[in-house]
Amino acid sequence: MDKREFLARLQKGLSGLPRDDVEQRLAFYGEMIDDRTEEGLSEQEAVSRLGDIDEIVSQAVADIPLSRLVKDKLRSKRTLRAWEIVLLALGSPIWLSLLVAALAVVFTLYVLLWAAVVCLWCVFGSLVCCAAGGAAAGVVFACGGNVPAGLAVIGAGAACAGLSIFMFFVCLAATRGVSMLTKKIVISVKNRFIKKEGA
Amino acid sequence: MDIQLKRGLLDVCVLAAIKNEDSYGYKIIKDVKPYIELSESTLYTILKRLEAADMLSVRTAEHGGRLRKYYHITDKGLRRIEDFKDEWKEMLSIYRFVSKEDEGNGQA
Repeated sequence: MDKREFLARLQKGLSGLPRDDVEQRLAFYGEMIDDRTEEGLSEQEAVSRLGDIDEIVSQAVADIPLSRLVKDKLRSKRTLRAWEIVLLALGSPIWLSLLVAALAVVFTLYVLLWAAVVCLWCVFGSLVCCAAGGAAAGVVFACGGNVPAGLAVIGAGAACAGLSIFMFFVCLAATRGVSMLTKKIVISVKNRFIKKEGA
Repeated sequence: MDIQLKRGLLDVCVLAAIKNEDSYGYKIIKDVKPYIELSESTLYTILKRLEAADMLSVRTAEHGGRLRKYYHITDKGLRRIEDFKDEWKEMLSIYRFVSKEDEGNGQA
């Protein structure tokens, strides 16, 4: 792939991002290629050092704030005709409430996801409490003369302590999983905006 | 290495690469690469971030019949480097404390 082909492909990949951002990125990579060819590399070699175009594109998408994409999209929209505005206004009791409901459902699902994570951490917390409580209560029992009961309670406490260690890793994994999912959702929402705009 | 930590380190490395004289993209990559991995896409992001934070300024100059962007460090950028050094002096003393504990445990 030579410089022209690389830049053309990159431009295609970036289409949908704000125009000034695309131009600056293209200039940046063009300069990178020129500086390498000046050092004696061929264009093909220089291009291959820049890495995968898909990766460059996905980093560019990750860099740009969602608010900027939305603003750009709204700005680039054509002006509405009079009857369209009237229809939008008249229909607003229906579509606006539907939109709000849909957003509320999505938001609720997301909150539920985090609620599940919080529940897991609560279980972890209660296990830790049980472990501490079991040890303390066991000692009280044992000192009170009821040694078998005391030992049993201490044993239960120890089991809780063991479970809590296991639970800690489960909680950690769940928290990481949900935050990774959040990142992925944000990126896919961004991609949606970009695709619609490019179409 | 922790992503957040690496990000902070890369910012300072890029600033250090333009500290003594103005530099351009490819040269920054070459200067920084022996110390920390830095891809073109990452550099672009960092340069944008540092420019937005007023830590560097950009000018375009002609070079060999084409245009090239040169990056110039600002006072704020220089201050960032000094802050970084101070932070790491503190980190180093903590590191020494932590490794001393290690030795103590090893001997015991």
